[in-house]
Amino acid sequence: MGLTGALAERRDLVAFADEVGADGPVAVEGSRTRWSVGGEPIPGVRLVRAPSGVSAYLPEEMVVCVGAGTTVAELSSVLASSGQRCALPARGGTVGGAIAVGEQHLDVLGRGTLRASVLEVRYVSCDGRLVRGGGPTVKNVTGYDLPRLMTGALGTLGLLAEVILRTNPVPAASTWLRADGADPFAAFDALLHPSAVLWDGASTWVHLEGHPGDVAAQAAVLSRIAATTEVDGPPPLPPHRWSLEPSAIRGLTGRYVASVGTGLVLRDEPQPLRPPDAASLGVAARMKREFDPTGRLNPGRDPARR
Amino acid sequence: MRLASRTRPRRGVPERDAALVRELVAAVGAPNVRTDDAQRALLRRDASVFDGGDAGPVCFPRTAEEVQAVVRAARRHGRAVVPRGAGTGLAGGAIPLGAPVVVSLARMTSIGEVDRDARAVWVEPGVVNLDLTRHLRPLGFHFAPDPSSQQVCTIGGNVANNSGGPHCLAYGVTNAHVLAMDVVLPDGEMARLGGLDPEPSGLDLRGAFVGGEGTLGIAVRIAVRVTPNPPAVRTLLASFSQVRDAANTVSAVIASGIVPAAMEVMDQRITRAVENYVGAGYPLDAAAVLLAEVDGLPDGTAHDADAIARIAREQGATEVRLAADDRERALLWKGRKTAFGAIAQIAPDYYLHDTVVPRSRLADVLEQVYAIADRHGLMVMNVFHAGDGNLHPLLLFDAREPGMLDRVHAAGADIIEASLAAGGVLSGEHGIGVEKQAYMDRMFTPDDLDHQNRLRRAFDPECAANPGKVLPTGHSCADIQQLSSAARGLWV
Ligand SMILES: Cc1cc2nc3c(=O)[nH]c(=O)nc-3n(C[C@H](O)[C@H](O)[C@H](O)COP(=O)(O)OP(=O)(O)OC[C@H]3O[C@@H](n4cnc5c(N)ncnc54)[C@H](O)[C@@H]3O)c2cc1C
Repeated sequence: MGLTGALAERRDLVAFADEVGADGPVAVEGSRTRWSVGGEPIPGVRLVRAPSGVSAYLPEEMVVCVGAGTTVAELSSVLASSGQRCALPARGGTVGGAIAVGEQHLDVLGRGTLRASVLEVRYVSCDGRLVRGGGPTVKNVTGYDLPRLMTGALGTLGLLAEVILRTNPVPAASTWLRADGADPFAAFDALLHPSAVLWDGASTWVHLEGHPGDVAAQAAVLSRIAATTEVDGPPPLPPHRWSLEPSAIRGLTGRYVASVGTGLVLRDEPQPLRPPDAASLGVAARMKREFDPTGRLNPGRDPARR
Repeated sequence: MRLASRTRPRRGVPERDAALVRELVAAVGAPNVRTDDAQRALLRRDASVFDGGDAGPVCFPRTAEEVQAVVRAARRHGRAVVPRGAGTGLAGGAIPLGAPVVVSLARMTSIGEVDRDARAVWVEPGVVNLDLTRHLRPLGFHFAPDPSSQQVCTIGGNVANNSGGPHCLAYGVTNAHVLAMDVVLPDGEMARLGGLDPEPSGLDLRGAFVGGEGTLGIAVRIAVRVTPNPPAVRTLLASFSQVRDAANTVSAVIASGIVPAAMEVMDQRITRAVENYVGAGYPLDAAAVLLAEVDGLPDGTAHDADAIARIAREQGATEVRLAADDRERALLWKGRKTAFGAIAQIAPDYYLHDTVVPRSRLADVLEQVYAIADRHGLMVMNVFHAGDGNLHPLLLFDAREPGMLDRVHAAGADIIEASLAAGGVLSGEHGIGVEKQAYMDRMFTPDDLDHQNRLRRAFDPECAANPGKVLPTGHSCADIQQLSSAARGLWV
């Protein structure tokens, strides 16, 4: 049985659409874990909450359908009960908030990108209608890719109500190792599909996941590069996310934790704006006019300021 | 859109195109503009069953700037532009409608230096999929999406169709492997979409562009992810006395928490055809065979291969064989990937369908597919990406038989309905093109389609990019008859 069959239309989706309505500025409130990413909503804006709760979960298909207002923690515990997980970042907040912001999990190398895991979106349009994009199967190229467009759009094109996500089995073994004095780039090159390789300029932290024998073998590979110690997890992470080309990590100075191979860097100060080029901004501006001509959805937020 | 028939020759491009052709020549040089009937006839079709395209002048730009100049020239003359890779598309995406300027990317084939820190490489759109992987292999990498057409199809075409392939089960389809692109927008502006960084600023226009079937602009430089070659690979061949058992094995493997690198199923008819063609060592007496591959590190691959073999036996496999060496493995894959070539021995024409169903519904829907073919008096073969539920029923026919095309269409419609009823989708990898526009409203509401239309319009407000594709009639750019240069007789 596919998800479509397992799904009864949730009444709270329609109620959410009615609540959003067609008039006046409106912003979605999740858990406020990423409230000011891309700008805070304008003062006095009406706040709404997306429906929460898992709508349908088919572990044998590796897909889950979930209300956008569900917390990532709740979803993760439901998936864990069937030995699965997803690509949503572990930082908390709601599913809808995490997708709207588009942050990757720290283990993105192992879990895959968030954007690739969003199979279907249902969202409320600026005129209060429920719109569906994508589809419930793990593979689908039917029509234009609204799920990709909504991921990272900060709710400025539509307000996420429900999504279908791809899930994955939790690997049998997992270990975090710290290697002091290792060349993190050499470590990244020597390992096959590590889940994370973090570097603070002195130490390297590596997250290995997979079958127990493989994890042990990869740990041995790492220990040939530098002395390793098993640790509980990643080092404490500075608060601000930077998104850099992975090679730019080589030139970092100051305090940071950088993810080798991905270019995600955590620092104490926020990253300066890095606006897309004029032609992309032109398309984005037309996109906004097409999806929300009066600018009522999450006013004050701008994906190009993220 | 009608099914292919005999071509009707026309003589050169019309006189009124003379000014346009002069500007195109100024843009790319005379040797890279073709207006003769022979060249234009060659590009009227793609690998789909559809015909009726009408190519205007054909350009072969060599640089991104030349593409830009071509697009600008076409725009000055109010003419649409259709990008074209190798023309292996199966949904008619590259068929020129309304005598547009055809932009062949075939001469843009350079491959940049691999960025090892980012595990990425910039390539031009005309690079052939397999050439890229051949280039990367000695460096320790490959390009994961491996369509069966990989010996000829281009990266630009893969991007535009968000193509898949057997090994996309574990590694993801093209979208997961495209980090950034330089795109010539339909208005002639050049935009950088996405980036090598993990969370590029702005809307994910990169993600929206992939799968746009040439209707959102032309990708002129593409940064693709390179995937490390796995140190361990195991390839299994399981034989079954019933197709249902093969399908159930696939569902059971996924349900057990294993995501193999690839899981492909072929039924008896196609297996026999393939065996005749390449002699890959497939069993001739099995009702279906499952080709499963696991890769990665030695421990996990051994574990998963054992588990798949056990599940296959539990589901009634009559034989499970492990490819002994790289040679046998390569031969098995050669068989799978040349399946369509093998068909030519059997019937003059074939129509390859492409739908997706939930993996647990594979067996049921396959049974319906055989029944549908029987009902319409057609021969069907099944060879498909079973691991992601991606069905590829292949209808064989002889187009010269009266009434045959109607039966082929009717059977196709029934297959689509059966897939949708099982909770599936219209297309897993071939796209909508001109093939499935009329079915879009079976899957989407008018509001859903309206929003897809808005996405398209934001990229291409003037309908200058590959009009007449993807969205059904009634949406902007769908009704190509509105264009001044509309050709007649394009519609079924
Ligand atoms: C025998 C056979 C087997 C196949 N197997 C598979 C398979 O396993 N998996 C799969 O997914 N597909 C498969 N296909 C379909 C096809 O090969 C793919 O869709 C392929 O990606 C098309 O590439 P192409 O270069 O031939 O593109 P074309 O057919 O030339 O064009 C396809 C679309 O892309 C657009 N386009 C081309 N280049 C660009 C560009 N640079 N920028 C923007 N748009 C562009 C065109 O306008 C058109 O809409 C198969 C086809 C055949 C004939």
